[in-house]
Amino acid sequence: MAHVNDNIKAYKGFRSVTLLCLVVLYAPLVIVTIYSFNASQSITNWEGISLRWYADVFTGPESEKFKVAAFNSFTIAIIAATCSTAIATLAATAMVRGGNFKLRTVSFGLISLPLMVPEIVTAVATLIFFNSIGFTRGYMTILVAHIAFCIPFAYLPISARMQGIEDSFEQAAMDLYATRRQAFTKILMPLMAPGIISGFLLAFIVSLDDFIITNFVKGAGIETLPTAIFGSVKQGIKPNIMAISTMLLSVSIVMVTISYFVSKSDNTK
Amino acid sequence: MPGNKTDAIDVRNAVKRYGDFTALKRISLTIKDNEFFTLLGPSGCGKTTLLRMIAGFEDVTEGEILLYGDEIESLPPHQRPVNTVFQNYALFPHLTILDNVAFGLEMRGKSKAAARKRAGEMLELVQLSQFAARKPSQLSGGQQQRVALARALAPQPKVLLLDEPLSALDLKLRKAMQLELKHLQRETGITFIFVTHDQEEALTMSDRIAVMSAGEMQQLGTPTEIYEQPRNMFVADFIGETNLLEVSVDQVMNGRALCHLGGGHALTCNSVEGIGEGAKVHMSVRPERLFMSDVPVETESLKGRVAENIFVGTDISTLVDLAEGPQFIVRTSNSDRGNKRIFEPGSEIFVNMELGAGRLLMD
Repeated sequence: MAHVNDNIKAYKGFRSVTLLCLVVLYAPLVIVTIYSFNASQSITNWEGISLRWYADVFTGPESEKFKVAAFNSFTIAIIAATCSTAIATLAATAMVRGGNFKLRTVSFGLISLPLMVPEIVTAVATLIFFNSIGFTRGYMTILVAHIAFCIPFAYLPISARMQGIEDSFEQAAMDLYATRRQAFTKILMPLMAPGIISGFLLAFIVSLDDFIITNFVKGAGIETLPTAIFGSVKQGIKPNIMAISTMLLSVSIVMVTISYFVSKSDNTK
Repeated sequence: MPGNKTDAIDVRNAVKRYGDFTALKRISLTIKDNEFFTLLGPSGCGKTTLLRMIAGFEDVTEGEILLYGDEIESLPPHQRPVNTVFQNYALFPHLTILDNVAFGLEMRGKSKAAARKRAGEMLELVQLSQFAARKPSQLSGGQQQRVALARALAPQPKVLLLDEPLSALDLKLRKAMQLELKHLQRETGITFIFVTHDQEEALTMSDRIAVMSAGEMQQLGTPTEIYEQPRNMFVADFIGETNLLEVSVDQVMNGRALCHLGGGHALTCNSVEGIGEGAKVHMSVRPERLFMSDVPVETESLKGRVAENIFVGTDISTLVDLAEGPQFIVRTSNSDRGNKRIFEPGSEIFVNMELGAGRLLMD
């Protein structure tokens, strides 16, 4: 048989296409990060390194608005990620361990469909839903909406993990005198932990940076970081926005890194 | 009906159905205290289903299962004083070897310290003390197997269930583990129920064997009974190598049955209840109960010609074509080579059958 060169690096233009993709993806992030350290008032002229815009975020004229928004964003992200992870864990347990029940395929579709639905549709639908049940818009509406749309994001890593855990572990536990609950808490939960942590972090990030749905369901006078940033940008981009964006970016990077290492620590093998 | 307190397991008319499919068709069997009992059969015969019903992982569609006289078929697995060694071992990957073995003891309410102490003793018994702090993935297959055994034995179950535990091991290790299991069973005095599809394994280790096929029990008996007096075609064919001959029974008298097979060759064997004169049945003759000679030596000497000799280590298998009859396999011990009991292909010889070597089979 003739040797087929399947080394992708051998294709013409591999290097240039790769570089182009990387530049398009990451150049804006790199530029925002660099310019967040700019000493200048202007967002385009470089005048040397300084931390003044970071100081401005915390002490400047807009600092109060950003602090409240950050508080809202982080509390909502933590609560929404916690609730959606708990619900997703139960859903995954039912889906993976529930045997071949009727409507199983339908259930899986229902859980993961929100990932495919355009976010604007979800946003409008959620808004109409809250209006029709007479729910006053505010912190609670944002929280409920976030819990709901975070579930599929938390579900995916958890169920993927659970599918990799053979059910003979739980059977062995129950065979060794563990009740169903003990088998779940002592055996299944620790084995699922990496999936649950990944799911939580993913839900946290998705909640933290959501703009469209939040913007629709939030009431007047309440802001999360993304909506606050959007509000400021409408009055012209100032370098302090770049500082906030850079800080948000680093939070995301930390989360993704943790998620990566947690999912690498495979304790089922 | 109350159960017998001295019988380890009493399965009464147990039926298992999955929808339209019947996995077990009304099985009844009694397993004695302190017995090494084997459920033997090809895959899909229902042996693992029966084991899992005893463990509590499958519910019983109909019938009863008694453990030392107490009905257990409706108890959840954690309330049954039986433990299982799983086919894939199912060692908890996130716990150390010691904590794996201690798990059952802790769940039974022992303090962590007491459970660990007993677990340490169990690891000593299976000679794995030096691995106590390791994780299961750091052990070889044979070692994991012994950990699974120690874990299942630690809570001192009344009955130990073993679900094809040796199937993942290589031949040499499997042979060693067979002996170790047998010794362990004698030392602990616990009733073992062993599931396997490997007939050699079953013959080596068991006190009694239940041969199963298609959800039914085909025969129950000691290894010698199963091997030498198979009840039907399935058992004769499944256990060991055999010559299955189509015979007609001509006469039955004084416990002997006179038969003939194609080509007019006559054969005599012990009669079997239920098989009378005129019956057309199969006869099983083990190849090692046949021998060859250049002149007829017994009344049932059958004339034939050597087709092929196959060397199989300790033995030589010879294929013999009978004149106007079936082909026979004759197994001769290698040590008989000097006695001229092995012939070159093409030789005209006689196949002789030891008295009582043939066994008539129900279908």
